[in-house]
Amino acid sequence: MDVRLQISMVFHLDKCIGCHTCSIACKNVWTDRKGAEYMWWNNVETKPGTGYPTAWEDQNKYKGGWEQQNGQPDLKMGGRVLRVLNIFHNPYLPKLDDYYEPWTYKYEDLFNAPEGADQPTARPISMVTGKYMNVEAGPNWDDDLGGSPIYAANDPNLEALTEEQRAELFEIERLVFFYLPRICNHCLNAACVAACPSGAIYKRGEDGIVLINQEVCRGWRMCVTACPYKKTFYNWSTGKSEKCILCFPRLETGQAPACFHSCVGRIRYLGALLYDADRLLDAMKVPDDKLVEAQRDLILDPFDREVIAEAMKNGIDERAIEAAQRSPVYKYVKEWNLALPLHAEFRTLPMLFYVPPLLPVMAKSDDGLYDTANKELFSPIEQARLPMEYMARLFSGGNVDLVRYALKKQYAIRLFKRMETVGDIDHATVKRALEQVNTSEEEAEQVYRLTSLPTMDERYVIPPSHREEAMQMLNDDTWAEKGEVGLGFRELPVRGA
Amino acid sequence: MLNLDNLLFVIFPYTVIILAVVVTAQRYFKRGFTYSSLSSQFLEGGELFYGSVPFHIGILGVLAGHLIGFAFPKSVLLFNSVPLRLYILESAALLFGLMCLVGIVNLIVRRQISARVRAVTSPMDVVVLLLLLIQVVLGVYTAIFYRWGSAWYATSAVPYLRSLFTLQPDVAMIAPLPMVVKAHFLNAWVLVAVFGFSRLVHMLVVPIHYLWRPYQLVIWNWNRKRIRGQAPRPRPAPAEVIVPASERPAKTRPAFTR
Repeated sequence: MDVRLQISMVFHLDKCIGCHTCSIACKNVWTDRKGAEYMWWNNVETKPGTGYPTAWEDQNKYKGGWEQQNGQPDLKMGGRVLRVLNIFHNPYLPKLDDYYEPWTYKYEDLFNAPEGADQPTARPISMVTGKYMNVEAGPNWDDDLGGSPIYAANDPNLEALTEEQRAELFEIERLVFFYLPRICNHCLNAACVAACPSGAIYKRGEDGIVLINQEVCRGWRMCVTACPYKKTFYNWSTGKSEKCILCFPRLETGQAPACFHSCVGRIRYLGALLYDADRLLDAMKVPDDKLVEAQRDLILDPFDREVIAEAMKNGIDERAIEAAQRSPVYKYVKEWNLALPLHAEFRTLPMLFYVPPLLPVMAKSDDGLYDTANKELFSPIEQARLPMEYMARLFSGGNVDLVRYALKKQYAIRLFKRMETVGDIDHATVKRALEQVNTSEEEAEQVYRLTSLPTMDERYVIPPSHREEAMQMLNDDTWAEKGEVGLGFRELPVRGA
Repeated sequence: MLNLDNLLFVIFPYTVIILAVVVTAQRYFKRGFTYSSLSSQFLEGGELFYGSVPFHIGILGVLAGHLIGFAFPKSVLLFNSVPLRLYILESAALLFGLMCLVGIVNLIVRRQISARVRAVTSPMDVVVLLLLLIQVVLGVYTAIFYRWGSAWYATSAVPYLRSLFTLQPDVAMIAPLPMVVKAHFLNAWVLVAVFGFSRLVHMLVVPIHYLWRPYQLVIWNWNRKRIRGQAPRPRPAPAEVIVPASERPAKTRPAFTR
């Protein structure tokens, strides 16, 4: 057993209101720079929709992630020799137009335009070329199903549906959508790390954050293709790739990442998971619909004595183990089986988990009236407006049972709380509902509390980084270094000639 | 003896080689961030294929040819002693040269046409592209009009180059060569001169080690196992704390584990 610690995330989609505050917080902190204008390390998508970059989930086009070849996993974009040969021209590189051309407006025209018959306008200008341009795409162009016939209808996940289901989905009276906020998944088996010819991308041992060393990156662009979530970006100005850093400078000082901190719906949870690195490869080799369970299997019980002993032996601090025990992520993912990874079939073992949203599923409309009365237990889920196959395609590698369980459990807990607060449901019904999802009333209460009433300290359980211990290794004589610059000098990220 | 040949083919080469080595090394260690392919494929990926791929394959072939000739001149001459083998070698070399030519022309045209690529074009990029164009044109011209270069390269240019590297410079062997060939030599040294200042440095960081490194890479910022489980370090006496900077013990490097 090789116990390692991973900072891991849960996004509770039922609570996401699609306000994009997370995206803006991230943009203002990290990507408001030349060459990074088009990057959204955090973005919020409407599902069904094609997302950002357009149709990123279509791996026949983008060749991201891993695939099984004779039982041996390798990158979908090809073997390593091919990758070195392709540095001159990467055939599967997404281009700027697959994202969008970033723009601003020529605001000074509003002030400087000569007096005339027409209102002055601020025309859009490209932030790449500085020339006038027509704005034809943006990072959330299909927000709230805008332009559904072009965007939502081309969602690659609709492949999982029958023709009939698809037609139903796009009937105007039945339209349904939910939001999918996305950041880097900080995968256990990251494809970007594996694809980097320079070896610039690495996983931090202490907390599992995946980072790109800007001084080693040479701009060979293979990570951009390899990441199936398209969360590594090429900075066209500096000639280096960049990605979400999970705000590690904030984490190291005990603060939640900017997108978490600013989340209005409080949908985001962050905490440590202990996992067994020895069994990683085995977890990669199972069929698609078993991947989620295999990944859950990797996650270790932080209360298990043997796990604790192995973790300590591996240098994991006891305060970090204690944080793993309080981790909200562990509860959602492992204890409650509510949170599922996004597109497990990409086989990168993503460590960002989503609680699938109940609301778009259960609000079923008949003759223009929303019918939320439950004639039978779980009937709103069985007759889901958003087909279960669609959810399964997103969150469980096609395994409908896992998604159905997560939704049923949420629904059962809702019934339980309705019994308590409204009182129009009898206890026997609630008991039956909870039994069907193997949940006790105590657990239902716990889920309710962490979902609806969590404090900030409950949502973000950040293990201490102990950089002070790292400092001890830097110097023979810590005292002699007192008052000196701790970080040393860093180079400005200026494009080479 | 200072004549034009000595100036251009002895003093100038030594100057630019030293310049290239010093600048390249300084840049690698002090401004490592600037080492990048500076790919513009993200902004324009269609035309690039017809420029970058033929150019790079061509230039790799051509450079390999020059290097083999430089390293094993006798073997090359021996190989060429059978006419058929000479024809094959020369045709291959010309083919690589033409690929270079097609590639560099396409790259220059692309950089002109695409507004996005122009937005990331530095003055040095223009200089490098023009120097490379001149070099390739001169090289292809030489290959066509001063035939069997693989043979005379071994008997003229190689002794000259070797004389430079053995610090006994001798331009006698190349003095009688035609102007075009000499221009090819001179332009090569100009390319060496701009090497450290341009994006050409990316050829030094070609990721060959990728072929054998393991896929996943985990870096611990500090050795957890070593630091925990150690006895607490004895704290130095207060008197030792206030030590002038000049007398402090040399710092040890951070212990990175890869």
